[in-house]
Amino acid sequence: MTGPKNLQTRTKHIRETWAKRCGKVLYMSSVKTDFPTVELNVSEGRENLYWKTIRALQYIHKHHIDEANWFLKADDDTYVVMENLNYILSKYDPEEPLYLGRRFAPFISQGYMSGGAGYVLSKEALKRFVKGFSTGECTHFSSIEDMALGKCMETMKVRPADSRDMKGSQTFHPYPPDHYIVRKPPRPRQWYLLYDYYKPSEGPNCCSDFVVSFHYIYAVQMHVLEYLTYHLRPYGYKYRFKPDEELEMNKTTPR
Amino acid sequence: MLSEGGSFMKGVILGGVFCLVLSLLSSYSPTTESRTEDHHHHHVKAASKDELKQFSDIQLKELNDQVQVYCVIMVEPKNLVYWATAVDTWSKHCDKPVFYTSESSKAFEAVDLNEKDNWARLRKALKHAYENAGDLRWFFVAQPHTFAIIENLKYLVLTKDPNEPFYLGKAVKSGELAYVAYDGGIVLSYEALTRLVKVFQDEDKCPASGRALWKLSDDKQLAVCLKYTGVFAENGEDARGKSLFNSKSVDSLIKESMDNNPNDVVEGCCSDLAVTFAGMTPNQMQVLMFGVYRLRPYGHDSHDFLTFYPPVGSDND
Repeated sequence: MTGPKNLQTRTKHIRETWAKRCGKVLYMSSVKTDFPTVELNVSEGRENLYWKTIRALQYIHKHHIDEANWFLKADDDTYVVMENLNYILSKYDPEEPLYLGRRFAPFISQGYMSGGAGYVLSKEALKRFVKGFSTGECTHFSSIEDMALGKCMETMKVRPADSRDMKGSQTFHPYPPDHYIVRKPPRPRQWYLLYDYYKPSEGPNCCSDFVVSFHYIYAVQMHVLEYLTYHLRPYGYKYRFKPDEELEMNKTTPR
Repeated sequence: MLSEGGSFMKGVILGGVFCLVLSLLSSYSPTTESRTEDHHHHHVKAASKDELKQFSDIQLKELNDQVQVYCVIMVEPKNLVYWATAVDTWSKHCDKPVFYTSESSKAFEAVDLNEKDNWARLRKALKHAYENAGDLRWFFVAQPHTFAIIENLKYLVLTKDPNEPFYLGKAVKSGELAYVAYDGGIVLSYEALTRLVKVFQDEDKCPASGRALWKLSDDKQLAVCLKYTGVFAENGEDARGKSLFNSKSVDSLIKESMDNNPNDVVEGCCSDLAVTFAGMTPNQMQVLMFGVYRLRPYGHDSHDFLTFYPPVGSDND
């Protein structure tokens, strides 16, 4: 989700980094450009964010529903590791009404997914969302996009699924890495962790090795995360967390 | 006149034959980087995939197990947070991390050199490291704000013989003097350190206190001393010739690359197997620890030729 003002300062860096790994990427805006962006019938601005999201999902449902099983919504300051998203999604069935992200507890009884951290709808979830708006079961009752979408999901019986890895570490993050990773002495839950549905931890075990997203990531940090995720590595290092132990044992050591 | 000419010619022929024999002999050492003369090329590259394929599994395992690093980490109580961060992050991957301080602190263990002068401290630390090396044959000198990836250092020196003098890092030229920048980290082989400790005793070539009017920075002073022993600074590079040692932070280098290579930011920036970064805040170093030892895309396998295991009792790698 982006806008004309941010194309060169933010969205460009997404296009150069993680967007290349999407099966298909669409840049949603209020104006059509050669970036390329899709023109939605909305105005820019935070108050219109939910309208933009509704129009974007309707557009995708109309034109692209058969091109994918899962539909990721991210902001122009979200960094996503697509391989890790695919890994988390591999355990779920896209024909089921499911949606995943960083689960927040307040306001909606089944919880809702943080907008900034990015969320994913299964094909069935997308169909139900669009249906909800066409029947009037879902409405634009608030401009708070993530919470309002969460309400529609609940109404349409789309279930929130757990996006944490098998050790219980979070994969979607609504803030940059330094908010979570830096060691702190035991202390009351920080303000940016208050909404968390699952009990968060601070320090090195906050975040899965297979991070899916970070938010509030701009320009330089986009490329820094790209470098750290896909390039910089310790040669020959045997990572502690090996999610497919059996597969490791069956593999012969390659040369 | 004629007899002098005759002796001269004999000398030339003898010298020529001698050189020929020596250069033939040097080609019989396939596993080691040979001879001081080669070091005038001023860069040392990590072994390429093709080069490593020449080794048998047993040979590789031997090299893997033999390459061990003694980390000389210079700290000060006034930079306690950096000290703590080094203890908690990258230094855990050294085979022997030793902290050397100007004055002791109750918070952390260190060798108290009881020296205020930086150059004197560096000399004492290196001498101490040499005397306590045990079986370790590679030495890495770091400052409080350096972050190092020791596995990548081991990869760089894997096929290099520590009984040859190596003095590596980010090589910088100042006039005629090539030296290794301190904040990018300094690598010394056992032979280089042996020669250095010896020349420390020579007050003319390597004075204990810099001459008052002409005080060189520590890294330049080190280069001067080493030069007297026939050891020259060399730039540490990956198999493709990209520098591995950096005296800047990841963010700075990426930002520079965005200005210089806007269409290929990450490729134009830093090596995948970088050994050092510098000038990072303690929080950035903790994030880098995660970025290096944890964060990765599922399903990507590097098929590396070496194996390094995580250190015991650590939870952030």
